[in-house]
Amino acid sequence: MTEEPIIKFDKVVKRFGDLTVLNKLDFEVKKGEKVTIIGPSGSGKSTVLRILMTLEGIDGGVVTVGGEPLWHERAPDGSLVPASEAHLHKMRSQLGMVFQQFNLFPHMTVLRNITEAPVKVLGLSRKEARERGEELLELVGLADQAQKYPHQLSGGQQQRVGIARALAMRPNILLFDEPTSALDPELVGEVLNVIGKLAEEHDLTMLLVTHEMRFAREISDRVCFFDRGRIREEGSPEELFTDPTEDRTREFLQAVLD
Amino acid sequence: MHWTQYLPPLIEGAWVTVQLTIYSTILGAVLAFAFGIGKLSSNWAIKAVSVAYIEVFRGTSLLVQLFWLYFALPLAGMAIGVDLRLPPVVAGVLALGLNIGAYGAEVVRGAIQSVHQDQLEAARALNFTPRQTLWNVTIPQAVPEMMPSFGNLAVQNLKDTALVSLISLGDLTFRAEQIRNFTQDSTTIYSMLLVTYFGMALVLTGLMRALEAYVSRWRTARS
Amino acid sequence: MLFGYEWDLSSPLAFAISILPILLTGMVVTIQATVLGFFVALVLGLVWAVLKAAPSRFIAWPARVVTEFIRDTPLLVQLFFLYYVLPEYGIVLPAFLTGALALGIQYSAYTSEVYRAGLEAVGADQREAARALNFSAVHTFTHVVVPQAIPRIVPAMGNYLVSIMKDVPVLSVVTVLEMLNVAKIVGDRTFDYLVPLSLVGALYLIMTLLASGGVRLLDTWLPKQGIPLK
Repeated sequence: MTEEPIIKFDKVVKRFGDLTVLNKLDFEVKKGEKVTIIGPSGSGKSTVLRILMTLEGIDGGVVTVGGEPLWHERAPDGSLVPASEAHLHKMRSQLGMVFQQFNLFPHMTVLRNITEAPVKVLGLSRKEARERGEELLELVGLADQAQKYPHQLSGGQQQRVGIARALAMRPNILLFDEPTSALDPELVGEVLNVIGKLAEEHDLTMLLVTHEMRFAREISDRVCFFDRGRIREEGSPEELFTDPTEDRTREFLQAVLD
Repeated sequence: MHWTQYLPPLIEGAWVTVQLTIYSTILGAVLAFAFGIGKLSSNWAIKAVSVAYIEVFRGTSLLVQLFWLYFALPLAGMAIGVDLRLPPVVAGVLALGLNIGAYGAEVVRGAIQSVHQDQLEAARALNFTPRQTLWNVTIPQAVPEMMPSFGNLAVQNLKDTALVSLISLGDLTFRAEQIRNFTQDSTTIYSMLLVTYFGMALVLTGLMRALEAYVSRWRTARS
Repeated sequence: MLFGYEWDLSSPLAFAISILPILLTGMVVTIQATVLGFFVALVLGLVWAVLKAAPSRFIAWPARVVTEFIRDTPLLVQLFFLYYVLPEYGIVLPAFLTGALALGIQYSAYTSEVYRAGLEAVGADQREAARALNFSAVHTFTHVVVPQAIPRIVPAMGNYLVSIMKDVPVLSVVTVLEMLNVAKIVGDRTFDYLVPLSLVGALYLIMTLLASGGVRLLDTWLPKQGIPLK
């Protein structure tokens, strides 16, 4: 028996004004899978992540996370109605996100950034949250920066804090929205190392939007090429990168890998 | 009379002015946050009340508001059988507080809206409730933005306290007027009055700048 | 009876309607005081702005101290000063002019800042471009800086116009017959302050909304990049 996918997009439509960004998108991710989404800008890659993280709603279709609809809930008679904030709040606990601009809280120390949500949202005691936070800082290699403020850290360090902050909530699914695109080239490596370590050592489901093709190739179980709101082509990294079947995929890879 | 003899009553008046400023500023700050946040509420009733409060108290003259509370409110009270006569000090603090609260509310609203969308998204991703986001993420970052405007409003409030002398409240201006009526020594008295207000304003500005610097510790990471 | 109008005390509504013409007489004075005060503030503010920008410290510094002094002292006290002290030195002005002068002086401290900020906001890069093209200093000022400063200055000045209007009631203490004073006289004579004062409040609200709306309209009408020079 094949397992239910942990993420399922079923004919999902998303519009921004007159622009249809996702047009009846079908997309699935299995539990523990590491999926990378590549494609030109405007293709809808980030939108998929933002919809999952409940930062954007949908205009059609159904998104399912962990077997339950995300942006809908089941009414007593079994039909689907738009989700309430309470339902979104419940569903959101399965997901975590790492942002392109890090989005750390500037008025909190590194440690506080990581512990604030566990305390306020999960109800951990400050002590428990601090222990968890210190472990995570160890994991991302920033154990000695706990009392610094974000503006005192480099971009690479800030992003690693961002990863720790998301992990502190123990999500089942971790979303990475172009995590290294805002970094100076020499800082990209340290962040990719952490992401790579996560991919290897944990059975987290990971969904990564990135331009770092070599990295995508290394860590992914599957790569999806998005173009104009639909999946043009998908497959294992070897398949997609060495021998793409679609012309459009070939075009894109040539432009990017040169 | 020698000008130094004016000092004791003026100092008494100055003390009243200081107290008025403090009480009305505190009242104003509370109202500013309440209605500034209220104006951003998704509950349309709260929003409507906040907008109405802000528009009415910003859109009418402070002296009109003061006179209304002192002269007109009691009559309205009589019509419905409630004793709404306010002692001058209550009418004064209330009028000043309501007035500065309305201006402050717009400052609070603007500062809250200036907090970057990214911060709100990060908070939502971490599953903070909207209220948790407001108090733990938005407001700490909004407060440094508010301070410069609050500093100006505080000095404005200090100047506005002079108007309470017109409802016979014994503040600095009232005392000065009493002395002037007695001695007809306008030049000296009014010069002293102006200098005293100037001095108080400078002290107040200094305090607000110190507060601004203290709060700016939070405003650390604007990249 | 006041200004030739009788009031009707039979009901609050009748009272309100009958004193409306009386209050409108006061409103005319309010508007006149606002406009005159605003004009003084614009002119005097420009003087301060020029003095404050003077290269010599002996001119700029005193100007800054004076404007700060004006900004930090109450309008009411400044008004009393002008009204009672000037006559002692031989200058006797009618109350209305004294009031408008006081308004103008108080707000000149604010308008000078608007001039300064508006001019400063025109970036150094504009001046550098003009310099590279060998414009004279005067030409740079009149054709490059000022046209770009105006869209910033006008809305701020417009807001101060509205503020001046809200401060006009202070003039009632020196017997200027603006709206609040008139309402108070009606109240003194009829012992009903509620209707006149509420009516004044409502009229003020309407005036403020209209004036603010006008300022906003002006703001949208002015092109953001500056006054177009063909």
